Amino acid sequence: MNNIEKKLLEKIVDLHSTPSGAFSIRKNGVLQDKSSTKEIEIIPKKNKSGIDIKIKSGTQNKSVHIPVIITIGGLNDIVYNDFYIGENCNVVIVAGCGIHNDTCNSSSHNGIHRFYVGVNSHIKYIEKHVAEGKGSGEKILNPVTKVYLKENSTMEIETLQIEGVTSSVRKTQAILNNNSILKIRENVLTDKNQTCKTIFDVKLNGYKSSVDVISHSVAKNKSYQEFKSILYGNNECFGHVECDGIVLDNAQIISTPMVCAKNSNASLVHEAAIGKIAGEELVKLMSLGLNKEEAENIIIEGFLLG
Amino acid sequence: MLEIKNLSYFSNENNPDKEILNDINLTLKKNKTYVITGPNGSGKSTLAKLIMGILQPTNGSIIFNEKDITTYSINERAKLGISYAFQTPVTFKGIKIKDILNIASGTQNDFGQICDILSKVGLCAKDYINRPLDNTLSGGELKRIEIAMTLCRKSILNIFDEPEAGIDLWSFDNLIDIFKSLKSCTNIIVSHQKKILDLSDYIIVLKNGKIEKFGKKDEVIPFLENKNCARLVRSI
Ligand SMILES: Nc1ncnc2c1ncn2[C@@H]1O[C@H](COP(=O)(O)OP(=O)(O)O)[C@@H](O)[C@H]1O
Ligand SMILES: [Mg+2]
Repeated sequence: MNNIEKKLLEKIVDLHSTPSGAFSIRKNGVLQDKSSTKEIEIIPKKNKSGIDIKIKSGTQNKSVHIPVIITIGGLNDIVYNDFYIGENCNVVIVAGCGIHNDTCNSSSHNGIHRFYVGVNSHIKYIEKHVAEGKGSGEKILNPVTKVYLKENSTMEIETLQIEGVTSSVRKTQAILNNNSILKIRENVLTDKNQTCKTIFDVKLNGYKSSVDVISHSVAKNKSYQEFKSILYGNNECFGHVECDGIVLDNAQIISTPMVCAKNSNASLVHEAAIGKIAGEELVKLMSLGLNKEEAENIIIEGFLLG
Repeated sequence: MLEIKNLSYFSNENNPDKEILNDINLTLKKNKTYVITGPNGSGKSTLAKLIMGILQPTNGSIIFNEKDITTYSINERAKLGISYAFQTPVTFKGIKIKDILNIASGTQNDFGQICDILSKVGLCAKDYINRPLDNTLSGGELKRIEIAMTLCRKSILNIFDEPEAGIDLWSFDNLIDIFKSLKSCTNIIVSHQKKILDLSDYIIVLKNGKIEKFGKKDEVIPFLENKNCARLVRSI
């Protein structure tokens, strides 16, 4: 692996060497390397690109890393990854895509991830998207995440898109069964002319199922972000969506919430607060000796990574 | 060390302009402690914000150690050694207490150093160091951290705006000790508390945006008492 590839891997999955445990590394549209363990099996798909990740029931405190890197222009990569998670598991899945494009041709990655989470399992899914490169070629990332939660299961999703992604459409769909819990924390930074659209579609079908979505977004320069969420409360359930945004310069953020209570015991809340950096936060940090730009950066960093 | 000349601040949020501070003249000496007192709305916080550069005066100038800093930005003044503990502490999203103390100190403190800083304001570091500086902290906790930040700055001019607000009685003496220990710097404390007035060298009484009285503690305290300001000078 060359230096650019190593740096990308570090950025997206915080890996400095081959991970211990199960992993799969995809580079420029092909599976580069993979490793299964006795509990977590990684099987390449036969008729399309992608892998099946099978996690045995009872797998505890294990992790899977499935990074994707793209270091060329003109590649339109589509990959289908399906996670079949047994019962009573506790597993961390670390994914992410890094694009380094020095060319004038666009490259894109479309990762379609489906998670079938078994009864009583607890999954943490961490996904980081970054893009870099000197070329004018666009760097496009369109992740689709589909989550099916069985009874009493929990999935925590943490996503971060921080640098250089020219455009992205991020779709997350989830169907929750009885007593299942979905927690999502999404952090997005856009700059220059970048655009990012996020769509959450969550169906709370199960009795006492609950979802909590917290989205923090920062839009700089002339960038544009759209946040859409649709919650369906189809049972006695609880749903909360919070869209918190900071707009700077000439950027725009548009938030459109939709909550559909289809059961009188569904409790659904949507909060959205979008505005510039609070003046008093800047003033406080400047009174501690930081200049305006340093203060802004600290506030944004805390907001996205804190 | 600090000279305030013909300083006025008119708010232009209302029409006609509202005079919030009118022609303030003050000369503060090095390494002395000044208490500013006066009724609510008399302009105490406005004066503090003008000194820190958070507000720009309508007229007049501010001279700090012989330098005219009237047009200096907030951070330039901070770098010259002026520090301000806000009356209402600011909260953030995702900034931890240790982060803000590191920013205030201008260096990365280790656990022991953060512990020393927080214990001065009566907080136990291990409970607080990784907590976010947000509204999950109580008013009194925020106020203590606000004071801790100012102590970290090791400034030559410290301004504390109603530092006792929200601090419980038990910790109040602790707070007094902090101010007593601040010797090789100039302090301005906005306060109504008798014990704080007692530890000052000089007292400034503001009323309706003007200086009603400025003098040594020994002459101003009787003045306040004679004026039947018992309500103002609450003893604790
Ligand atoms: N931005 C502002 N616009 C208009 N009036 C203000 C503003 N800030 C403060 N004031 C008014 O100025 C006066 C002085 O306020 P302040 O300095 O906060 O008083 P103190 O700290 O002595 O209680 C008050 O009457 C207050 O309502
Ligand atoms: Mg005040």
